[in-house]
Amino acid sequence: TRAVVVEWTVKERSIISSIFSNLDYEDVGPKALCRCLIVYPWTQRHFSTFGNLYDAEAIKTNANIAAHGIKVLHGLDLAVKNMDNIKEAYTKLSTLHSEKLHVDPDNFKLLVDCLTIVVAAKMGSDFKPDVQATFQKFLAAVVSALGKQYH
Amino acid sequence: MLSKKERELISEIWGRLTPVAEDIGAEALLRMFASFPGTKTYFSHLDISFRSAHLLSHGKKIVLAIAEGAKDISQLTVTLAPLQTLHAYQLRIDPTNFKLFSHCMLVTLACHMGEDFTPTAHAAMDKYLSAFAAVLAEKYR
Repeated sequence: TRAVVVEWTVKERSIISSIFSNLDYEDVGPKALCRCLIVYPWTQRHFSTFGNLYDAEAIKTNANIAAHGIKVLHGLDLAVKNMDNIKEAYTKLSTLHSEKLHVDPDNFKLLVDCLTIVVAAKMGSDFKPDVQATFQKFLAAVVSALGKQYH
Repeated sequence: MLSKKERELISEIWGRLTPVAEDIGAEALLRMFASFPGTKTYFSHLDISFRSAHLLSHGKKIVLAIAEGAKDISQLTVTLAPLQTLHAYQLRIDPTNFKLFSHCMLVTLACHMGEDFTPTAHAAMDKYLSAFAAVLAEKYR
């Protein structure tokens, strides 16, 4: 498939750079993953070996989930460092999610929506409409790249 | 499916937001226009710039309708009957846009409520807004 290169303005690069350099991964990662598992419970299907996911409290206090949330969030660093070549950068991870983890790519959208909400809650009024739009554009590029190796 | 606890939570949140309906509504709309420019096509006859009179009044209308529905979710079809007709025969907004607006409303709530917009509140609100959108689109075909 032909790659559609995502183009970024100077302002957009600056917004993404700023969000990620100020990001508390240890806080936001677990929160985003927990929120996804709580708001979209069917996503728990990939976490049956992670321990107790019985209710919101159990999910929020689950150390395995927290650790995984941090890992997943750091997975975005690849895109931050390769903004002009996101598709190529995620070839390996895409293959992993498709062939080994068997994750429905629709789930990526659910997780990034939850991440957006967590970041919005932290940034409050600083998460202005244009910041939201840029962040979503960035996350959409990653989601698209992660889905590229599915067939 | 919304539990009794979730219905109470939703009703409580919208009750608290009613006094700032125009701020919340205008912000959600602005976020939607910024993130999903295609949605602006439904507003070509209005001034939708930052805090314009049109934007504030329109935002207020939407939030008050959502808040009204939240008072008794079991009666959504009755409460929304006039709006169902309006959207189906006059506005004819493609229902995909309801999802886009709902997402931006959730972001607005997160920005305003911070930590109080807990995963549980988020789940309940997402379910309510989905149900609201589904009822709104019922008369489309």
